[in-house]
Amino acid sequence: MKLFYQLKLDAILLPIIAILICVGGWALVAGHSKTTTKVDDWGDTVTETKRFGLSKNLPSPTETWVASKPYVMAPFAKRGELDQGILRFAWLSLKLVAQGYAIALILGTPIGFFLGLSKNFTRAFDPIIQILRPVSPLAWLPLGMVLFSGLKVMDSSGRSIFGTSDAAALFTIAICAMWPTVLNTAVGVRAVPQDYLNVAKVLKLSKAKTLFKILIPSALPYMFTGFRLSLGIAWLVIVAVEMLIGKPGVGGFLWQQYNANSYAHIILSILTIGVIGYILDRAMSLIEGRFRTA
Amino acid sequence: MPPILELKGVSKGFGRAHERNAVLRDVNLTVNEGDFVSIIGYSGSGKSTLINLIAGLLKPDTGTAKMDDSIIQGPGPDRGIVFQNYSLLPWLTVIENVRLAVDQLFPAMSEQERKDYAAKYVDMVKLSPASHKYPKELSGGMRQRVSVARTLAANPRILLLDEPLSALDALTRATLQDEIAEIWQKNRTTVIWITNDPDEAILVADRVIPLLPGREGATLGQELLVDTPRPRDRKEIIKTTEFKDLKIQLVNTLLDAKKESAPTITKKLSTPDILPEDLGKKRSFTLFERPAPRRRSQLAREELKIEVP
Repeated sequence: MKLFYQLKLDAILLPIIAILICVGGWALVAGHSKTTTKVDDWGDTVTETKRFGLSKNLPSPTETWVASKPYVMAPFAKRGELDQGILRFAWLSLKLVAQGYAIALILGTPIGFFLGLSKNFTRAFDPIIQILRPVSPLAWLPLGMVLFSGLKVMDSSGRSIFGTSDAAALFTIAICAMWPTVLNTAVGVRAVPQDYLNVAKVLKLSKAKTLFKILIPSALPYMFTGFRLSLGIAWLVIVAVEMLIGKPGVGGFLWQQYNANSYAHIILSILTIGVIGYILDRAMSLIEGRFRTA
Repeated sequence: MPPILELKGVSKGFGRAHERNAVLRDVNLTVNEGDFVSIIGYSGSGKSTLINLIAGLLKPDTGTAKMDDSIIQGPGPDRGIVFQNYSLLPWLTVIENVRLAVDQLFPAMSEQERKDYAAKYVDMVKLSPASHKYPKELSGGMRQRVSVARTLAANPRILLLDEPLSALDALTRATLQDEIAEIWQKNRTTVIWITNDPDEAILVADRVIPLLPGREGATLGQELLVDTPRPRDRKEIIKTTEFKDLKIQLVNTLLDAKKESAPTITKKLSTPDILPEDLGKKRSFTLFERPAPRRRSQLAREELKIEVP
């Protein structure tokens, strides 16, 4: 027992036990197929497959694994536009998220600074922000489609490389993911100790120098918390966006597989989304930890 | 020659109209070039307000604060402040904290000159071995030394020390007092040292001025002159009768002023609305609710009906 704690096995074993319990529960609820052979009225032998179980269409863990194997074992395969390895899909989604996220940060950080620095700015814009903040991505996307309708960027061969739906997707990700960055930056700027500002005043630092040498470094830990939360939301939004505009990606794959009745792939997509989201969050909190001062 | 610093009839309060809280009233102070002045007062009696007025971080409500015969318009590097809580920037190393001031104030110097200049001041406070450490890696005393180095590197005409050592333990405090006094002796910069420790005030300064609390704000009292020659040997001085007399005089002045300004309670005091836990009662187990504390206001009134025969 002592060795057990020394090696911190509990940190590994307990999650494994929990996972096994969940998979067990899933297996209990999931349906299973039964194939029966019988001779019909015409004298031919007919095989009949029927599903049974509490939720008979829910694929069991083993069925899910069998169906997911080609996607997991060849994660970067490209068999067709809508039939690609799961990591290849994830990569497409990540690229879109990265673009939308970048826009969110570029817009959100300055807005946060204005909110943090100016009381009047806060009074003016806080109600708008509070109203827009809880709006779902599903609601923003149609607005994005309207906003950017008619937009079409074509490459030299006349193929559309950036259209209305791409712009709408970026718009949706950016506007949904922006808020944590905006609010945390504002809090961070407001939390800059008066002492630091007094130092700047006594040294007569210019506005720009105060911004770059005092305000930004001081607010950085807060800002990174915002960046991390924003990334989480951007990843959350991507699925909804891909479902609606039918872009290839994890979310698009999920919806398409639902329509194709291959339910095992839905579970595969959900797990992929979850794992990648977790990795992104861990990576961001590592970066966040590096910027923690004092 | 006009005095380097002159406060005339300065008063300062915070808040508006009838809620105004007067902090300082009719403060008159003249400091000449090269003076070492210490201002001593109770905590919360307006010492920091006074230093903020001199620094230009606050403006007096009435009266004038003049430096070199011109009214103080705002903060500037000619009045360097060592803050009570060090206010070092935690994301910069010791040398970078000093460089922040040096780079800002001496743009004409070359990179190498600035580097050497900053290093000189870090060396002056005996922190060269720690020059690449971050503030969080330093002890309180070392942090305050960095703050002193940063302020001195700005080459201020007046050095304002706002209770610089009050957050330190007594032994570190003594060492730093001696060190700052030593640095002063070399540079002869004008120093205004604010403190709440009578020993410290008498040990470091030539002029000790008590800040006396009063109902309508604090004001400066009669100054005491300390003419002990420098360098002062702490161990010897505290034994002398002059030191003891000065200390008694200073403490008495402050105590008398405190007595006269007997606090008037303006806030309505109320006891917390909470009752001790009744340990005799059997606790019912609830999973999602924490047992809330018993409140006096929610105490159920028990009514007894007595039937009179």
